[in-house]
Amino acid sequence: MREDIKDLLNKFFNWIIGNGPRPENEILPPEPPPDLPFTRRNSGRKSRFHEASINERYNEWVELHGLHIFSSLYTWMSVLTCLVIILLLLITVTELPPFGDEHNPANNEVVLRYIKTGARETGAKNIVAGMILDYRAFDTFGESAVLFTAAVSVLMLLGASRRNRTCEKNIFKFGITSKSFLQRGPPLRVHIYRQDDMILRGIASISIPTILVMGCAIIINGHLTPGGGFSGGAVLSTALILAANAYGFDHVHYFFNERTFIFSSSGSLIIYALAKGYSFFTGANHIPSGIPTGTIGNILSGGLILPLNICVGIVVAGTLYSFYALFSEGDI
Amino acid sequence: MIAFNIPFFSIFIMMFGAIITPLLPLKKRLPEKLLCWLIAIIGIFSAYLIFELSYPVLQPGFNYPVGHYPAPWGNELRAGLLEAILSFVFCVAMLLSVLGNFSSTHEDITPKRRQIFCVLVNLLMASLLALTYTNDIFTAYVFIEINTIAACAIVAVKESPETIRAALRYMIMSLVGSGLVLISICLLYGLTGHLLMQNMHNSILELVKTNRYILPLTVSLALITVGLGIKSALYPFALWLPDAHASSTNASSAILSGLVLKGHIFLIIKIFVRVFGLNVIKLLGMDTVIFTLGLVAMIMGSVHALRQINIKRMIAWSSVAQVGYIFLGLGLNSPEGIAAGCLHIIVHACVKPMLFTAAGGLSSAADHKKGLHDLMGTFYANKWAGLGLIAGACSMMGIPGFAGFASKLSLTLASFDSSLIIWSLAGLAVSSVLNALYYVPAVIVILTGKKEAENKIKIPEPSGSYKTVMGIFIGINFYLGLFCVPLLRLITGGVNFLG
Amino acid sequence: MFAKLLTNHYEAVAVILAGIGLTNLLLQKNLIKKIIGLNIMDTAIYLFLAAKGWVSGRAAPILIEGEKGWIMDVNNYVNPVPSGLVLTGIVVGVSVTAFALALTLKLYEYYGTLNIDEALLKMTQEQEVHEAEIMNEEQEDIL
Repeated sequence: MREDIKDLLNKFFNWIIGNGPRPENEILPPEPPPDLPFTRRNSGRKSRFHEASINERYNEWVELHGLHIFSSLYTWMSVLTCLVIILLLLITVTELPPFGDEHNPANNEVVLRYIKTGARETGAKNIVAGMILDYRAFDTFGESAVLFTAAVSVLMLLGASRRNRTCEKNIFKFGITSKSFLQRGPPLRVHIYRQDDMILRGIASISIPTILVMGCAIIINGHLTPGGGFSGGAVLSTALILAANAYGFDHVHYFFNERTFIFSSSGSLIIYALAKGYSFFTGANHIPSGIPTGTIGNILSGGLILPLNICVGIVVAGTLYSFYALFSEGDI
Repeated sequence: MIAFNIPFFSIFIMMFGAIITPLLPLKKRLPEKLLCWLIAIIGIFSAYLIFELSYPVLQPGFNYPVGHYPAPWGNELRAGLLEAILSFVFCVAMLLSVLGNFSSTHEDITPKRRQIFCVLVNLLMASLLALTYTNDIFTAYVFIEINTIAACAIVAVKESPETIRAALRYMIMSLVGSGLVLISICLLYGLTGHLLMQNMHNSILELVKTNRYILPLTVSLALITVGLGIKSALYPFALWLPDAHASSTNASSAILSGLVLKGHIFLIIKIFVRVFGLNVIKLLGMDTVIFTLGLVAMIMGSVHALRQINIKRMIAWSSVAQVGYIFLGLGLNSPEGIAAGCLHIIVHACVKPMLFTAAGGLSSAADHKKGLHDLMGTFYANKWAGLGLIAGACSMMGIPGFAGFASKLSLTLASFDSSLIIWSLAGLAVSSVLNALYYVPAVIVILTGKKEAENKIKIPEPSGSYKTVMGIFIGINFYLGLFCVPLLRLITGGVNFLG
Repeated sequence: MFAKLLTNHYEAVAVILAGIGLTNLLLQKNLIKKIIGLNIMDTAIYLFLAAKGWVSGRAAPILIEGEKGWIMDVNNYVNPVPSGLVLTGIVVGVSVTAFALALTLKLYEYYGTLNIDEALLKMTQEQEVHEAEIMNEEQEDIL
């Protein structure tokens, strides 16, 4: 009886780890080279067996059916995750303060001061502009820096693809890539546009000046009406993009290239940083800054807000156009 | 007067440096020189700030209104002892990471990209300082985004298919994290009506006292913890880390592992201590969650590191384990635990860049191969890198006299007051053994095979700056290991003033 | 509970959209769809914030000229803070999207796929081919 159990157990363990009598027609693999420490070992095993172990059978099964099951599981999981997240947040929403109520926690003394004395303190009729460029100007400085970071990073990633091919080939030496990768190399993006699109050019010649005027108006009136540097800059950049599409990137290149881009955005940001740095410094040390706020409602009012809006507008216009140019051409 | 303006000017100077770097000519390595000088100046400033705040007596620190308007209306920075110490450590570690990997940066990156790399490191430093000093949660969000983009970009700065894939993965995970943080900030703003940490704290205490909005508070705390946890590589959310840290150039690996993770961890600490307060955290049950996650990270990070055959991947997974230690300290939910966690932040910020720099030096001695078996005998080719790896390994294992021992000891001491002491001690013990299991073989590999190494082609001698940086790193390591008591006293004071 | 959802209907819709966006960002395999998910999520959060700032019966926070000069009464204007936060958020979203798209473009140029897992698969295959090439060369050297 005990022998039987032993035999059974033996068979069971053999089945688990996959050991068994050696088949006669097995071809032995060549002896593996002497082990270097920490190499990835091939699954060459010391003892020979004809049966696959549980692990191997599992792997084989996964290879055959795994992808199918995994992808359907993935879909279900994603739907489930989505529902759980939404449900959790919906329950949270039901407990939030009611929508549109004037006694909400958010309508507190902070808002009171922004509205009551905001215009007098900042000189801006548009309270939001006054808030983001004067009260909470450090956030907005950070925000311009985010845009600057993104512009620089995109320029780094996509800008080099046309000129520095040879340098890139050198870099490939250190990456883990095979020969085929090396031979192929990164392909160039090709942007196709028709040289002589009469309709586009006709409309562009009328609308580009209009767009430019509108963009400038939005920027200059940033402290009086809705708008400001960011929205106005975005409008200006559409004029540049339209020009690039109608007349070709080479024409835009005459007056707006990488050099112009870097000089204009860095220059504007330097002015921005110096102006705001002065204002922050004087404010924190309780030194009067001596910046006139002007009369509310005039164009020349709002202290630093107007020049800051112009700086931001230049940066945004350049950055958004350069995004477009880099994505379509790989070059500004 | 001078000390009062240091926090703002540290951030401002770094950002200004980033803005003017693209205008500099490429000649004479001007961008790199500017970067190093700026970081050094800010390091000196921070050291002065530490001195002012700790001598003759510890001072609670001050708030710095950014602009003409006082606290709840304008932005505000807060500088205390802990913030000053951390920014000093960040400056030192950043400077050493950039200087020590100078030659490998030159090999990996084209000159034009090197200029942009300098811009990005400037921005990264500015965002780290801002995350350290900020007292306003929305400012923190803006600088988190700068940090994210710059960190992904310094992964992709070395151009190869691998880095692009790693950077993209990092980016996607980071974006999920920032989305969660933003949702959480909106919820908190709706509940408290403030964005400033001190005012939020008062409102939250009021809400908790009257027992209102408990569920939304819990959800927003969970979301912000998960969001920042993803960015600071807390274990189940850390799967992006090894790719990003292992494939990038050595300077980027050192900066990412040593510093970028720490900025987000410190922000979590600030949110726990300054926005919610330790009592509210305990009430909402987040401390146990953090403790458990930290414990899991300590073990699982090491288990993953055991399976690696690429030295940089091994060190990267070890970072996950080390981040677990910090979260363990935070999860103890006591000032001592947080102080121990902060000490571990400092230790890790000094040791991990050293390990990556050493690994870079060793692998360049082995013809840029990074497999452990390729590194046999490289100790004899680049002794300074070998010494650095050995010192770092000893520190990570917690051998007395090295930096890691001090922080592990203080974590152990901090956990004595906690009810979770058994778990914490067991976790520390198991994790230390696991650390030894993968660091000791690495050390043995680089020490064996002297003859083979001598037969290989002669590689150039490591540069003077590399040797100096390695020497400084090893010195800091010993200093932290042997004389950490005054530092720990300062940190504990800083943590007490933080709340 | 449902009545409360109806009161907070803007927030509820925003939250549903944010959940959809987040799920897309996490679980879509195609990177472009992931980035679209990111944008849905961001926009939903802006909607949420804008809804937080609204107060019924009040105007946008740009001063209106009354009979006695500018009206600066708090009961006339909605909360300006969320508008400012949304402005900041939009710019951050644009920057992040641009950078993520640039990385995606690079990935496509290198691997010819928009699926990050497929890229990994291709890479491992290439690496295996590469290793095999090296092995062959070494064996030839030995021979």
